Amino acid sequence: MNEVKKATRDGFGEEIVLLGKENPDLVVLDVDIGKSCKTGAFRKELPEQYLNVGIAEQNGAGVAAGLATCGKIPFVVTYAAFGSMRMCEMIRQEICYPHLNVKFACSHGGVTPANDGASHQAIEDMGILRTIPNMTVIMPADYWAARKLVRAAAEFDGPVYLRFTRDAIPVFYDENAAFEIGKANWLREGKDVSLIANGDTVRLALQAADLLAGEGISAQVLDMHTIKPLDVEAVERCIRETGKIITVEDHNILNGLGSAVADVVAESGKAVLRRVGIQDQFGMSAPYERLLEMNGITAEHIVELARGLMG
Amino acid sequence: MKEQLTIQQMKNICVDLRKNILTMIYKAQSGHPGGSLSVAEFVTACYFRAMNIDPENPRWPDRDRFVLSKGHVCPAQYAALAMKGYFPMEVLDTLRKEGSILQGHPDMKKCPGIDISTGSLGQGLACGVGMALAAKMDGKRYRVFAALGDGECDEGEIWEACHTANKYQLDNLVVFVDYNNLQLDGTCDEIMPLGDLAAKFRTFGFDVYEIDGNDMEQMVAAMDLALAVKNGKPKCILGHTVKGKGVSYMENQCGWHGAAPNEQEYKQAMEELDRQYAAC
Repeated sequence: MNEVKKATRDGFGEEIVLLGKENPDLVVLDVDIGKSCKTGAFRKELPEQYLNVGIAEQNGAGVAAGLATCGKIPFVVTYAAFGSMRMCEMIRQEICYPHLNVKFACSHGGVTPANDGASHQAIEDMGILRTIPNMTVIMPADYWAARKLVRAAAEFDGPVYLRFTRDAIPVFYDENAAFEIGKANWLREGKDVSLIANGDTVRLALQAADLLAGEGISAQVLDMHTIKPLDVEAVERCIRETGKIITVEDHNILNGLGSAVADVVAESGKAVLRRVGIQDQFGMSAPYERLLEMNGITAEHIVELARGLMG
Repeated sequence: MKEQLTIQQMKNICVDLRKNILTMIYKAQSGHPGGSLSVAEFVTACYFRAMNIDPENPRWPDRDRFVLSKGHVCPAQYAALAMKGYFPMEVLDTLRKEGSILQGHPDMKKCPGIDISTGSLGQGLACGVGMALAAKMDGKRYRVFAALGDGECDEGEIWEACHTANKYQLDNLVVFVDYNNLQLDGTCDEIMPLGDLAAKFRTFGFDVYEIDGNDMEQMVAAMDLALAVKNGKPKCILGHTVKGKGVSYMENQCGWHGAAPNEQEYKQAMEELDRQYAAC
């Protein structure tokens, strides 16, 4: 695996400038955490397409809705905790219900705001947003995935929630990687067990697959970057080919990727499932990797669960 | 140049509007008459005088926008849209019925002429600010008219939106506050006192026109002034109004916030309104 590490929020910050230059209707709307969410270059290079409404998230979502009705493509930029919860009802009423073309670009997803503590760690966000009709929910797995999926979101007509990481994570895609909203990327083929991950945990699934290979266990690895709409066909293929699935996510095990996959698995009645994720508990100020360990979100734990499924 | 209606003609249109509001709610046996009646002069002044709109082309990009932040009084807007020809008058009979374009709260995807879906209080003004901002960013001349309830001024988002309107100098935004002093659970003074609302809007950077919001002459004068003054300041028409205006037994009665009249009450209301027509 490439040793280069970058935060996915940096991928967003770079790609959004290119997109803004290509489309004068694209607008960035900040709520006073733009520096941290990497909109600095956009603000400097495209001031006519840049708005900052201050620390007023509810209003920010509403303003974005109004802009979208007039043909603008607003990217509302904030942290995942605030984008999903402080703005939640405005997203539902003013954006998802009328299916307006507003994007939410949210940094600090999952436990990546580590030392900021529980108030800033968004462990519920994707679950909340995937229950709202018309919403698309995406978490890119690395820097290149972020750039490609930000572009895909800009080109997509409808509300999209994009979740990025604060901390740098390994880069394993390259600039030629292809992404389609709602289609999982098959990173490894295998026949014994399927590892379905998203965001900053895809790298852990890849590590686990390497470790499992050393034990003679062949693991499929899927990057399920879009949890809504879920790539049901990909999950069904996992059910058919291995019948043993482990989901991995930096999100509460309730309502996130694991739950979305569980819906498909339960209705098929033909596979067993294990879920790796936040154990329905708040975090604390601690190093990012430690917070993952506290919840069993590690390559070693994935390997252990996979072994258990082989019996 | 379109010919402007006289004040008397507008007063008569406003009586028609009130009759249509009550007929819709009576036929649906559901809806919010009190606030629909108190906002009638503002809706009439917007649709029959101020707004630059084309009912044949409801999505015309350069049209003026109307935001009904107090979405529950949509019978007033629906009646105005039908009277302007956005859809046939008979459609008003489908209010709140299954399959109707006239949802219980306004739906921009179902009903032509609705510029934003509303219903959850306190959210409309921010959307109106977004529309007015888009006009400024694109160098366009369209204006945004937003109708707010007094009760929804309890919501913090209203004041967040006011900050934004001030920062971006949205003098293309006209906010009307339907200050009838009644909200769902009681009077505003009892539930959540608003204090000096005019002073609040002024402090937030608005030009404020405080009027009798059920007086058509004052409404038209305030509206004309609000649209004429291009000084970088958003406009607020603070209209002191009467909830249930025009129907004696509904006036100032909290109970008519969200109740439909029965047959006898409906007949009486229509008779009272018929007597309010003036000679043009």
